[in-house]
Amino acid sequence: MKKTFKGRPVVAGSIQGEAVVSRQGFNILASLQRDLMAKKDVVACSDQNNPDLFGKTISGKMLCLPQTIGSTTGGMVLQAAAALGKAPAALLFSEPIDSLAAGGVILAKVWNNTDIITVDSLGDDFRKAVQQGQRLTVEADGTVSIEIAGVAGDNLKETK
Amino acid sequence: MYSPTMKLTKAEHAILSGEKGETLRKTMETIVRFGDVFGADGLVDLTHGVHLVTSFGIPLLKPVFEIMDELIASGLKTAEPFTVDPRPYDFENVPVNLLQRFVFTKVMYAKQKEYEAQLAKVGLKNDTAFTCACYFDEVGNIPKEGALLAWAESSAVVYANSVLGARTNRNSGVLELLCGIVGKAPRFGFLTDEGRKASWIIEVKTTKKPEAQLLGSAIGMKVMEAVPYIRGLDGYLGTELNSDAKDYLKDMGAATASNGAVGLYHVAGLTPEAKAQGEALIRKAAKTYVIDDAELARVRAAYPLMWKNPDAKPDRCFIGCPHLSKTQLNSWLERLEVALKSTGRSRLAIRTVLTTAPDVESAFRSDVDAMRRLNATGAKLSAICPLMYMNNPLCGKKPVITNSNKLRTYTSARYYTDAEIAVIAAGGSV
Repeated sequence: MKKTFKGRPVVAGSIQGEAVVSRQGFNILASLQRDLMAKKDVVACSDQNNPDLFGKTISGKMLCLPQTIGSTTGGMVLQAAAALGKAPAALLFSEPIDSLAAGGVILAKVWNNTDIITVDSLGDDFRKAVQQGQRLTVEADGTVSIEIAGVAGDNLKETK
Repeated sequence: MYSPTMKLTKAEHAILSGEKGETLRKTMETIVRFGDVFGADGLVDLTHGVHLVTSFGIPLLKPVFEIMDELIASGLKTAEPFTVDPRPYDFENVPVNLLQRFVFTKVMYAKQKEYEAQLAKVGLKNDTAFTCACYFDEVGNIPKEGALLAWAESSAVVYANSVLGARTNRNSGVLELLCGIVGKAPRFGFLTDEGRKASWIIEVKTTKKPEAQLLGSAIGMKVMEAVPYIRGLDGYLGTELNSDAKDYLKDMGAATASNGAVGLYHVAGLTPEAKAQGEALIRKAAKTYVIDDAELARVRAAYPLMWKNPDAKPDRCFIGCPHLSKTQLNSWLERLEVALKSTGRSRLAIRTVLTTAPDVESAFRSDVDAMRRLNATGAKLSAICPLMYMNNPLCGKKPVITNSNKLRTYTSARYYTDAEIAVIAAGGSV
């Protein structure tokens, strides 16, 4: 079964991947700095204040979050992660995107020609529905589908 | 060519179409795309210089250094000189061992000198412009009420908006520099009257003046990036923005911005817009958050302890994130002296560093009597960024204590209130 949600494509693109979910604001600097500085190939979340993600792999995942918080270095840290190929593959915001995350994905796009596919305003129902490890599909028009394993039935559509 | 949603002038269009060169085109495209995401209706001319967040030459920021190279190669620099966040190390006042020094200079911040040279070429004010509190009188990057800015550094942004009544969005690092190069920023959010209205009411109902760093933490965690209107604080801070009130709001704001994403708050009866507009600043559907003694205790109790050995003797104590004002330096000197007296010791048991802006440091050092007293306690004065210092894994693993909720958030430093930390620094045990 699939459950679909419609958001706004900020950096449009199509992709599939595994969800990592932060129920609280995602602190870019606190989450990415440790492993980026240690030059690890894959970045795991180092934010001690984020119990949902602390220690979980972020690189290449579909990061689901309400918004980002914290230091204004956030955007360029995200840009650096993208340029190094260590950023999340997609950012899926339940709320409207915040200025730091927007800065980061735009810097990566314009100056590094690298897209972090980004959809925002997916809504509170998306925030409640998405779970760690679920398979997500993002389409260029901002549609995000959650594959819910083991449940039969028609596709459920939820449009915001 | 990027097709903007916002309205641009002919001159702005010309830059976006590449008539002024490829680097300026990309600079403009970044700013315009950024504004379009937030529904900006156009660009405004900045009326004051920028403040940059990026002060550290970490090799992982290679993409940032490449942008800087491109700007320099194209002969671009900001119209007004800018200030920037503090440097990441100060070996004279915050000594490190040989291995730590190697990691700082050859690994972590191996590009520091080259990056500072880049900053100078794109408009850095001078060699002492390295502080997160650029708005101190001694530093002089003080925008007037209503000034249009494009600042980064979360604690400086929230101070400029809230205490000075200037207008800046929470810009990411690099974005602020690019705005400074073009001299423009997209008009949305905190640059508009509507964007400055509060969607949360904070009722402060504590039995005594709340610790600034704890109050800010509670507010930030609750409201995230929303604008809070704070009632009940003027009873403790008064109705005039004197140096004590400004210092309190500096520290509270930094905690709101790092524990959440607050870029603007209003304090009833005290901050400029709250004084001028009162509760007309509050949106109709605003939610309410009551903060009493129990709520502050709950927030504090939830802070994770990241030390390997919770009973370890602290290795170092950092006071001043964000940087301390000269008034605060004098207060801390007195507080440490009182704590030493109470413990019967002549020198602090924990290596303690008071951090401040280079220009404030110079002013304090010129006070011979104050320096004699500070040296007698054993405390050091530095213009370092404690957060960047602790990013060195060899330093970050040490048991560090701090009164900063920002430093606690980003590192393994353990938080204590001002009163507690003075006693611990003097006596040596937590």
